[in-house]
Amino acid sequence: MAELKSLPPHLIGGNFLLVETEPNLIFTPEDLSSEQRLMAQTAEKFMEKEVLPHIEELEHQEPGLTQKIFRKAGELGLLGMGVPADYDGLDLDRATIVGVEEQLSRLGGFGVTCGAHSGIGTQPLQYFGTEAQKKKYLAKLATGEWMGAYALSEAGSGSDALGLRTKAELSPDGQHYILNGTKMWISNAAWADLFTVFAKVDGQHVSAFLVEKTFPGVSTGKEEHKLGIKTSSTRRVILEDAQVPVENLLGGVGKGAYIAFNILNAGRFKLGAGAIGAAKESLKVATRYALERQQFGRPLASFGLIQHKLAEMATRIFVGESAIYRTAAMMDAVFATGETMDSTTPPFPRGLDEFALECSIIKVACSEILDDVADESLQIHGGYGYTEEFPAARTVRDSRINRIFEGTNEINRLFIPGLLMRRAQRGRFPLVAAITKVTKELLDMSPLSDGGESDELAVAQALLVNAKKLALFIAGVAHQKHGDKLIEEQEVVAAIADIIIEVYLGESAVLRTWKARKAGGNVTVMSDLTLAFINDAVGRMELLARQALAATSQGDELKARLGIVRRLMRWSPLNGVALRRRVAKRLCEVGSFPALVAVK
Amino acid sequence: MKILVPLKRVPDPDTKIRIKPDGPGIELDGVKFAVNPFDAIALEEALRIEEKLGEMEVVVVSIGGEECVEQLRVGLAMGADRALLVKTSESLDSLAVAKVLAAVYRREKPDFVLMGKQAIDDDSNQAGQMLAAMLGVGQATFVSKLELIENNTKARCGRETDAGIETITVRLPAVLTTDLRLNEPRYVSLPGIMKAKKKPLEEMTPADLGVAATSRTKIFKLESPPKRKAGVRVKTVDELVDKLKNEAKVI
Ligand SMILES: Cc1cc2nc3c(=O)[nH]c(=O)nc-3n(C[C@H](O)[C@H](O)[C@H](O)COP(=O)(O)OP(=O)(O)OC[C@H]3O[C@@H](n4cnc5c(N)ncnc54)[C@H](O)[C@@H]3O)c2cc1C
Repeated sequence: MAELKSLPPHLIGGNFLLVETEPNLIFTPEDLSSEQRLMAQTAEKFMEKEVLPHIEELEHQEPGLTQKIFRKAGELGLLGMGVPADYDGLDLDRATIVGVEEQLSRLGGFGVTCGAHSGIGTQPLQYFGTEAQKKKYLAKLATGEWMGAYALSEAGSGSDALGLRTKAELSPDGQHYILNGTKMWISNAAWADLFTVFAKVDGQHVSAFLVEKTFPGVSTGKEEHKLGIKTSSTRRVILEDAQVPVENLLGGVGKGAYIAFNILNAGRFKLGAGAIGAAKESLKVATRYALERQQFGRPLASFGLIQHKLAEMATRIFVGESAIYRTAAMMDAVFATGETMDSTTPPFPRGLDEFALECSIIKVACSEILDDVADESLQIHGGYGYTEEFPAARTVRDSRINRIFEGTNEINRLFIPGLLMRRAQRGRFPLVAAITKVTKELLDMSPLSDGGESDELAVAQALLVNAKKLALFIAGVAHQKHGDKLIEEQEVVAAIADIIIEVYLGESAVLRTWKARKAGGNVTVMSDLTLAFINDAVGRMELLARQALAATSQGDELKARLGIVRRLMRWSPLNGVALRRRVAKRLCEVGSFPALVAVK
Repeated sequence: MKILVPLKRVPDPDTKIRIKPDGPGIELDGVKFAVNPFDAIALEEALRIEEKLGEMEVVVVSIGGEECVEQLRVGLAMGADRALLVKTSESLDSLAVAKVLAAVYRREKPDFVLMGKQAIDDDSNQAGQMLAAMLGVGQATFVSKLELIENNTKARCGRETDAGIETITVRLPAVLTTDLRLNEPRYVSLPGIMKAKKKPLEEMTPADLGVAATSRTKIFKLESPPKRKAGVRVKTVDELVDKLKNEAKVI
C-alpha cells in the first residue's frame, strides 16, 4: 500500500487519545449555516406531513405506501445527499447530512429504510464502483428511482461476517458469476432494486457484487416478524444459481472485506446520527408529558426524580450530538483531501477509513443513549407509556435494533482497542510510544495538571487528559500481561473501550462548550450539561479501571496501580442534583433539546 | 409579468413563545423563525402562476434586520427568482410596512402584489389594505381562490367571508391578500436550497427607497393569556346544566 500522507493531528483517527485539540478546530452544531438548518427543516416537515401521519399503515406495510413516500423523499433530494452531482446527487458534506438524518429517524422505522438505502445500499457503489457501474446505477439510487440494499449477513454468519457461505463461481463462458446462498436479515429486501451482495469467489475470496432484483435466480423470503422498526422490510435474499454479469463485480475479486468494513464505518456513523435524532424527539415528548401530567396536584416535571431523568436525557444527548458533529466535519476534512487508499481497484477515499474508531464510538454510544432515553421517556409516561396511545412504546421497540445491527455493540467495543493495536502494528499509530511515555510518567509520579482552581470547564478538561492516560496505562498493563492474546481478554478490552468512549464524548462536549464560550455566547446550559456528564463519567471510568486492573494484576502491584487510578481520577464532586435541576427547569421552559442548548 | 411577494420573518408557529420579563417583547433565544405561513401561501400561488405562464418573474421582499435573509433564502429556495431586503432595525407597524412596500412597488413596478392577509405574530391584518390605498390600486383580501383572466389583466378572486365565498374581479395592478385555503405551499427541496444560493439578493435601506420607516404605534406591554384552569368532570347532564347556569353563567 502506498504511504499515507500526514494529516493535521486532529484529523488522525484515534489521535484524540494522544493530543489535545483546540476548540476552534472542531465543528459544532452551533456552526451550522442557515442553509444547513433549512435542509434539516425540510426533512422535519416531510416527516410531519408524509410519514408520521401514516405510521400505522406503514407498520402494517400497506402495499405500495413505503415506495410512494420513498419516491417523494427522493424528489426532495433526501436520498442522494452524499452522492456527487454528476450522478444526480447533491454532493453535500456529512455535517449537513447529519441534520437531515436526525429528522428522518426521529420516530418509526422509515429512517431505517432511508438509511439502509442511502448508506449501506448506495455507498458501496459510490465509493468502490467503476465509472461504468456508477453510470449504470448511481443516479437511479440517488434520486430514489431505485432502492438499494446491502446483503452481508447470513444465518450462520452475523458478527463473524466474513464467515459467509454464499458462493460465486465464474460461468463456463466467463460472462457471469453464478451466486448460490441465502442472505439473512436484509433491510429493504422487499422493495430493493439493487443489492450489494457479498459472496466468496471459488469458496474463499470474499467479494462484492451488484445484483439487480430481476437477475435470474434472485428472490426474497417472507417478511420477518420483528420487535420493532416494523415499517422497514427485513427478509432473506435467496440466490439460486443467480446470474450476475462479470461487470457487476465490485472492487475486484477478494476485495469484499475492504468494502464491507469501510461501508460499515459510514453506516455506524449514520446510525449514531439517526439515534440522536430519535433521542431528541423522545426527550421532547417526555418533557411535554411531564409538564402536562399532574399527580399529587403538581405536574410531574416538578418532582426531583423526574427532573433528574429529563436532565440526564438532555446530558447524554448533548455529549452524543457533540461527538457526532465533530466527527462529521473531521470525516469531511479527510474526504476533502481527495486522498485515496489503493487496496481496491478503483481506490477508495481515505475519509471512509480514517475515523473507523470514532464511528464505532458513535455507534455504541448513541445507540445506548437512545435506548436509555427511550426507556426513561416511557417511564415518565407511567402506565400510559406502556400503551400504544403514546409514542414512547414505539420508540422503545424501535430503538433496540440499534445495538444489534451494523456490528453489535459488543463487536464494536472490541473493535475500538483492536483497531488501535492493528494500526500500531502497521506503524500507522504511535500507540506503543504513547503507552511507554504515560506509564513512565505515572510511575515516576510526575505531577498532573488539575486545570487550575477557578474554571470548572478547565478542571473537567484536565480530568479528561488524565482519563486518556488512564486508558493508555491500562492498555499497557493488559498488554504487558497478555501480549498479543489481549484481544481474547474481552472484558478488559471492553473496559478500555468504554473509557475511550467516555473520553471522546466528554471531550467533544467540553470543546463545544469552550468554542461557544469563546464566541461570546452565554453557555450556562452547555456548561451544566458538560459538567453533569463528566461528574458522573469520573466514577464510571474509575470503576472500569479498577475492574480491568483487578483482572490483570494482584497484591502489591495491584495496590500500586489502583493508587495511580485514584490519582488520575481525583475529582471534587460537583453538586449533580443542582446541575440537573437547573437543566430540567430550563428544558421545561423551552420545551425541546435544540431550544435548550441554543446559545444566547 | 412580475409578481411582488412580501415575506415576513415570524416565530415558527410550533415554537413556545415566552414573554420577556423585562419590557415588551419575547425571548428570542431558542426560538425558531419561519416565513409567515400566509406569506408562504402567497408565494406558492405566485410560483404556480409562474409555472403556468412561463416567462415572468417572482420577486420576494422582506423588511427587517440581516436575519431576514434566512426567510428570503427560503423564498428563493421555494422558487422565487430574486430577493430584496429592506434593512431596518426598527420594528415597524402596519402603516410603516405599507409605506416601505409602496416604495418597493414603485421601484419594481410589478403587475400585482400577492401577500399574506396577516402575520401570525401581531395579527394586525392591515398592511395589505393600507398598501392598496396608498398605491391607489384595487384590492382583494382573504383570497382563497385566484384566477387570472382577460389576458392576465384582471384577477378573479374567491374571498372567504363569514357568509361564504364571495367572488370579485379586480383590475391589475392590485394588492391581493391570501387566506389559508388558497393552496398548500410546497416543500423547500434540498436542490432548491442549493440553487437559492446563486440567486440575486439585493439589500437596501428605506432611505435608499426615499421613505422614512418609523412606527406611529408603540407596544408598552405584552402579557401571556391567562392559564387555563383545569377542567372538572360532571356526572350528569343536570349537573352540567346547573354549572353552566350558576357557575359559568353562560346559559
Ligand atoms: C432488523 C435487522 C436488520 C438488519 N439489516 C441488515 C442488512 O441490511 N444487511 C446485513 O447484511 N445485515 C443486516 N442485519 C444483520 C445484523 O447485522 C446482524 O444481526 C448482526 O451483525 C449480528 O449478527 P447475528 O444476528 O448473527 O448475531 P451473532 O453474531 O450470533 O451474535 C449474537 C450475540 O453474540 C455476541 N457475539 C458474537 N460474536 C462475538 C464475539 N466474538 N465476542 C463477543 N460477543 C460476540 C453478539 O454481540 C451478540 O450479542 C440486520 C439485522 C436485523 C435484526
